Amino acid sequence: MSTSTTSAPPGTEDPPPASAAPRRGKRDPARTGWRRALRRDWQLYSLAILPLLFFLVFRYLPMIGNVIAFRRFEPGGSLFGEEWVGLRYVQMFLNDPTFWQVFRNTLWIGGLTLLFCFPVPIVLALLLNEVRRRSLKRFVQSVSYLPHFLSIVIVAGITMQMLASDGPVNHILGWFGHEPIRFIQEPEWFRTIYVGSEIWQTAGWGTILYLAALTTIDEDLYEAARIDGANRWQQIWHVTLPGIRPTMVTLLILNIGAFMAVGFEKVLLLYNPLTYPTADVISTYVYRSGVESNSFSYAAAIGLFEAVIGLVLITSANQLSRRTVGTSLW
Amino acid sequence: MVKPSCSYRVFQGVNGVVLTLVVLVTLYPFVNILARSFSGERQIRAGEVTLLPKGFNLTTYEIVFQDSMFWRNYGNTVLYTVVATAVAMVLTTCYAYVLSKKHLKGRGVLVGIAVFTMFFTGGLIPNYILVTSLGLKNSVWAIALPNAISVFNLLVMKAFFENLPTELEEAAQIDGLSTYGILLRIVLPLSKAVVATMVLFYSVSFWNSWFSAFLYMDRTDLMPVTVYLRNLIQGATGGGNAGAGTEQLSQVGANIQSVTIVLTALPILCVYPFVQRYFVSGVMLGAVKG
Repeated sequence: MSTSTTSAPPGTEDPPPASAAPRRGKRDPARTGWRRALRRDWQLYSLAILPLLFFLVFRYLPMIGNVIAFRRFEPGGSLFGEEWVGLRYVQMFLNDPTFWQVFRNTLWIGGLTLLFCFPVPIVLALLLNEVRRRSLKRFVQSVSYLPHFLSIVIVAGITMQMLASDGPVNHILGWFGHEPIRFIQEPEWFRTIYVGSEIWQTAGWGTILYLAALTTIDEDLYEAARIDGANRWQQIWHVTLPGIRPTMVTLLILNIGAFMAVGFEKVLLLYNPLTYPTADVISTYVYRSGVESNSFSYAAAIGLFEAVIGLVLITSANQLSRRTVGTSLW
Repeated sequence: MVKPSCSYRVFQGVNGVVLTLVVLVTLYPFVNILARSFSGERQIRAGEVTLLPKGFNLTTYEIVFQDSMFWRNYGNTVLYTVVATAVAMVLTTCYAYVLSKKHLKGRGVLVGIAVFTMFFTGGLIPNYILVTSLGLKNSVWAIALPNAISVFNLLVMKAFFENLPTELEEAAQIDGLSTYGILLRIVLPLSKAVVATMVLFYSVSFWNSWFSAFLYMDRTDLMPVTVYLRNLIQGATGGGNAGAGTEQLSQVGANIQSVTIVLTALPILCVYPFVQRYFVSGVMLGAVKG
């Protein structure tokens, strides 16, 4: 839509047909432009005040609040801490063996999530796309979206119930004469449980965008591929996958961006002191040392470290994909 | 159309089997939890409960129904959901409307302010300190205010407003309506679909949320039902701090868990058939425009 006279904005005091014509000889276009805009659109700007206040207070203030990572913070004291201590808290966590353990766990769980949870929706979408009966396709989709709509607490509760010593999973193991496994208490099972429940919860929902992308692929391309003698697999490889590549790349970037922030809430709900060796991740450690043990500055330093790595990851993934495949988020 | 080849028919068959498995694996836990919630403890412990309740009884439902704290927390969830959704809707609608005005000077900056927060956030500790020092602890505002705008929802709504015909707003403006009047009397009535979708998005997410209540509510009588459920789950496993001493007690706990899961999920499951497609279209709109 161009800025012609027909799209003159509402709230204009003087809807000027002349304003579309190029104006010449202005002294300070930026200043007068702002003054005009404010006079004309002050009502619109006023609507933005409360939301801007929200962003300022609840989004940007906490970003600045991260300075307490470099300052000594006293509970009940100033939001931004009492005095500068430099990199003391950074050094503290770099020398903290627990930090390195949670760091390793974060990389493990993040990596496994990326490895397993990213491709599953693609495969599921490709399979769904091959279903010819529309009603059947709809049914499978509706069912697979369902877990996404439930609270993470419910998902954690269901996971625990399924894996309980009298739960269905142990029941099935019993058929093969296997002793019941106390899944929730065993550190070596945590990653499997986490990734498994993550797939269960997100796989169906993740197919939405891929299915949408699949419908936009031109049928003629398949026709042409068939004439060239491509079989089903070759059609998928040479037509379907390139067709959904922009979607795949975009979601991959987003997933990489979320790499460090591995399902904090889910870990918090599923883990317990027995499984800390494999389950404790950076964000849960931040929660425990900050909120539970009141070491706010120390926890903020770790949290900031985590956020910065996340930001670096997403920007470099974005750069990389822009250079290599020409798709990027911004 | 060529006759499907033999291998393709095999593929279709395998595909059918795989998708059936997907459906079974997704649904089974729900059915099992539902069956457990109506079953006797002995049968659950023996692992007899699969798809249908064994030893049908409503005892656990009675126990949960008689727990005044459960009802209190359930009521809290309703209250928090309503208040938080209302606040979120007002702020999101206002900002989305402003952002949808393409002629507005500084619009790019306003969009940027919102979008940047999708990629970088303050983190848990500064947020916690902020909410605490604002004195919002133990009030609904600790849940409603920090989550008042979801940038994703904002972008969906902005995209919808941008697609409204501008002529109507111009006509209203010539008739002398102010910007506020245009938003309230012209734009919102035309946007019932997106407003309803956004109300659903927000209310489902506030209904499901637990962490902000867990962080900022110190008293059990202020907890939403999700935290009630969380405490049950944590109590019956791991640390065992809720009297899960004997096998017997933890079994009752497990049964109560099933009932609470069913009751907490119930409202979502009831609206699910109606809301699902709005969510799907919302996600696509957000993905295209975001």
